[in-house]
Amino acid sequence: MELIKKFKHLFSNISLLGWLIGTLAAVVIEYYWGYDYISYYLGLPKIPVLFGTLIMLKNPIMIPSALAYDIIVYLIPILLTAGVSCNFANFLAGLFEKLPLGLSVLIHLIFFYAILHLWAGINDYRILIIKLTLISIILTVSVNVINGYQGEFSCSHPGFMALGAYTSSIITLVLFVNDKIFGTPLLPESIGPWLFPFALLGGGIAAAIGSLLVAIPSFRTRGDYLAIISLAFMFIIKSAVENLHIIGGARGMGGHPDYAPLPIIFAWTMLCIWVVHNFVTSIFGKALNTVRDDEAASEAMTIKTRKTKVTAFMFGAFWAGIAGGLFAHVLAYINPSMFSINRLAEILAMVYFGGLNSIVGSIVGAVSINVLGEALRPLELFKWIIIPLILIFVMIFRPYGLISFKEIDAKRLLRAKNKNNQGIKDKRGV
Amino acid sequence: MSALLNVKNMTHYFGGLRAVHNYNLNIAPRQITGLIGPNGAGKTTIFNLITGIYTPAQGTITLENENIKGLETNEIAAKGVGRTFQNLALWRHINVLDHIKMAHYSQLAYGLFGSFFNTPACRREETRVEENSYRLLELFNIKQHANQLVTSLPYGAQRRVEMARAMAINPKVLFLDEPTAGMTPDELVQMIKIIKQVHKDFKVAIFLIEHRMKFVMDLCQHIQTLVFGEIIAQGPPEKIQNNPAVIEAYLGKEDLT
Ligand SMILES: Nc1ncnc2c1ncn2[C@@H]1O[C@H](COP(=O)(O)OP(=O)(O)OP(=O)(O)O)[C@@H](O)[C@H]1O
Ligand SMILES: [Mg+2]
Repeated sequence: MELIKKFKHLFSNISLLGWLIGTLAAVVIEYYWGYDYISYYLGLPKIPVLFGTLIMLKNPIMIPSALAYDIIVYLIPILLTAGVSCNFANFLAGLFEKLPLGLSVLIHLIFFYAILHLWAGINDYRILIIKLTLISIILTVSVNVINGYQGEFSCSHPGFMALGAYTSSIITLVLFVNDKIFGTPLLPESIGPWLFPFALLGGGIAAAIGSLLVAIPSFRTRGDYLAIISLAFMFIIKSAVENLHIIGGARGMGGHPDYAPLPIIFAWTMLCIWVVHNFVTSIFGKALNTVRDDEAASEAMTIKTRKTKVTAFMFGAFWAGIAGGLFAHVLAYINPSMFSINRLAEILAMVYFGGLNSIVGSIVGAVSINVLGEALRPLELFKWIIIPLILIFVMIFRPYGLISFKEIDAKRLLRAKNKNNQGIKDKRGV
Repeated sequence: MSALLNVKNMTHYFGGLRAVHNYNLNIAPRQITGLIGPNGAGKTTIFNLITGIYTPAQGTITLENENIKGLETNEIAAKGVGRTFQNLALWRHINVLDHIKMAHYSQLAYGLFGSFFNTPACRREETRVEENSYRLLELFNIKQHANQLVTSLPYGAQRRVEMARAMAINPKVLFLDEPTAGMTPDELVQMIKIIKQVHKDFKVAIFLIEHRMKFVMDLCQHIQTLVFGEIIAQGPPEKIQNNPAVIEAYLGKEDLT
C-alpha cells in the first residue's frame, strides 16, 4: 500500500500532455527499432501486434520475451520520458490552459492521433482493430443516448446501423464505382472521397428517419414492450434487406472504395463525441434524463416529452447510421446477417459494461470489449466464457456499468500539474 | 372581476367513479386560494385536470380568458401554471441546480442545432439560465445544495427544491399540492415564510391543497371545501371555519381521530 502511494506521488505531477509525450517516445522506439533490434534479440518472430497477448496465449514459451518487449518498448520509455519531460510538459500545458478550451482539446487530440497513427502504422491488423474500435465508440455512445440518457431499453441499434450502412453504400456504389450491381458510376471517381461525408450523412439521415418506427411507440410504452418492438424493428430491417435482391439480398454487397482511412474515422469519432457531449450537457439533452426519471414532472415543468423522446431516438439512430456507413466502407463488404442479434449483443455488452449515462463510460466500454475480444482471440471458445464472466461481475458490483453518471471535465484533465500550482490551490481551499 | 384562472362546471369520471362534479373555480391575480377536503375527495384530481394530466369530460378551463382545456401539460405549464406534487416528483439522477435549470425549458432562445454545436447563442442562454437558477436557489435557501443530487437532501429541502423548480417556469398561478405534508414543525414554519415571500416577490396567484387548518386559515383569502368531488362550502376563512357542514365533513372527522 505504501509503495503504491509513493508510486502515485512520484507521478502525480505529470500532466496528460506529459503522458502523451511519453507514449510518443514509446511508439517512436517501436517504429524505428521495434523489429530490427528489439523483437529480433528477444527472439520474437515479429513485432507483437497487441502488446504480445496473442503470442503469449498461442505459445506460452514466448511469455517472457513478450513481457520483456512490453517493458522495454512501452513501460520504461513511457515512464522515463514522462518523468524527464515532466516540467517541460507542465510548462506547455500551462500555455495551453491560456488558450480557449476547444483549441487546447484539439491540440491534444492531434497529438494523440499522431501517436495512434504511428502505432497503427506497424501493420494492417492494428489499423483494422483501431478502425473497428473507433466505430464501436460511435455506436456505444449513440446507444447510450437512447438506453442510458433516455433510459429506454432499445434493441434496434443493429437495424439503425444497417440502414446507415446500406444507404451510404448504395450512394457511393451508384455514384462513384463501377460494380456488378449498379453498373457504371454516375460521377467521376476522383471526387468520391470528397463527397463521402455526404454519403455518410445520407446513411445517418436514413437511420434517423427509420428510428421513428421505434420512437413513436415509445410515447406509450416503456421497458419490456418497447424492447420487443425495437427487437422486431431490427429483424424487420434484416429480413427486408435479405429480400431486396437489387441490393444483393442475403449475399450482401461489396466493392466499396477505400474512403474510410484511419484519419477520417478518427475525425468522425471525435465529431460524434463532441456533438453528443454538447447535446447531453445542454438543457435539451438533460431533458432526456428528466423524462427518464419522471415523465409527469417533466411535462409539468414545460418539457416537451414527446419531442424529447423523438429527438433521442433520431439522434442516437443518426450516429448509428454514420457508424454503419463507416463500417461498410472499412470492410468493403456488407450483408444483412452482420446486423443481427450477435451485433446487438456486442453493442449492448459494450454499453452496459462501460456505464450508462456517461460518454467516458461508453468509450471505456467500447475500447475494452474490442481490445479484450481481440486479445483473447487465440483462446477461441474460452473467449466466450471469459468475456461474459467479466460482464457478469461488472453487473454484480456495478449495476450501472464501470463508469456511470459521470462526465469528464476536459479542463481538469488537460491542466498542468505543477507542485507550486497545487500549493496555491490548497491554500485557497483552506 | 377579471379572473386569472377560471374553471366552469368541470366534471370528470374514472370509469364509473365520479371523481369531480360540477366544479367551479375563479382565481384573481395574486389571490391565494385554498382547497380542503377529506382524503379521496378529488383535490389532486382537480389539479391534474387543470394542469392537463387528464382532460375533463365536461366543463371549460381558461387562463386569462384563453382556453387551456385539451392542451398538453407542457403547453399549459408554459402558459403559466406551475405546480408541485403531493408525493414529490423530483428527478433522481439530477442535481439541485439542474432541476431549476431544466424548468427554463420553454423559455430557451436556442434550438437543437445550438445544443448540438454549442453555439455562442446556446452558451449565452445557458449562462443566463444558470444565473437565474442561482437566484431562485438563494431565495429558497437551497443554494448550499446546488451540486448535490436531490435524493441526498433532507425532506424539507426537497420540498423547497420542488417549489423553486415550479417558480422557474415563471408561473402566473402556482399550484401547491400539500406543501407541508410530512414536515417537522420547524420545516413547517419555514415553509409558511417561503410561501408568503414567494407570493410577495413574484406577484403570483397561489392555489393550494392543505390538510393543516391553521396553515390554510393563515394563508388563504378564499377557501373551497370539497367532499366526494363536490364543493360543499366556500368563502373567506372565518366563514369556512364556522360552517357546520365543513365542521362535520372535515374538522369533525379530525376531532374524532
Ligand atoms: N388515475 C385514476 N384512476 C382511477 N381513479 C382515480 C385516479 N386518480 C384518482 N382516482 C380516485 O379519485 C378519487 C379522488 O382522488 P384524489 O387523489 O383526487 O383525492 P385527494 O382529494 O387528493 O385525496 P388525498 O387527500 O388523499 O390526496 C379517489 O377515490 C381516487 O381513488
Ligand atoms: Mg391528493
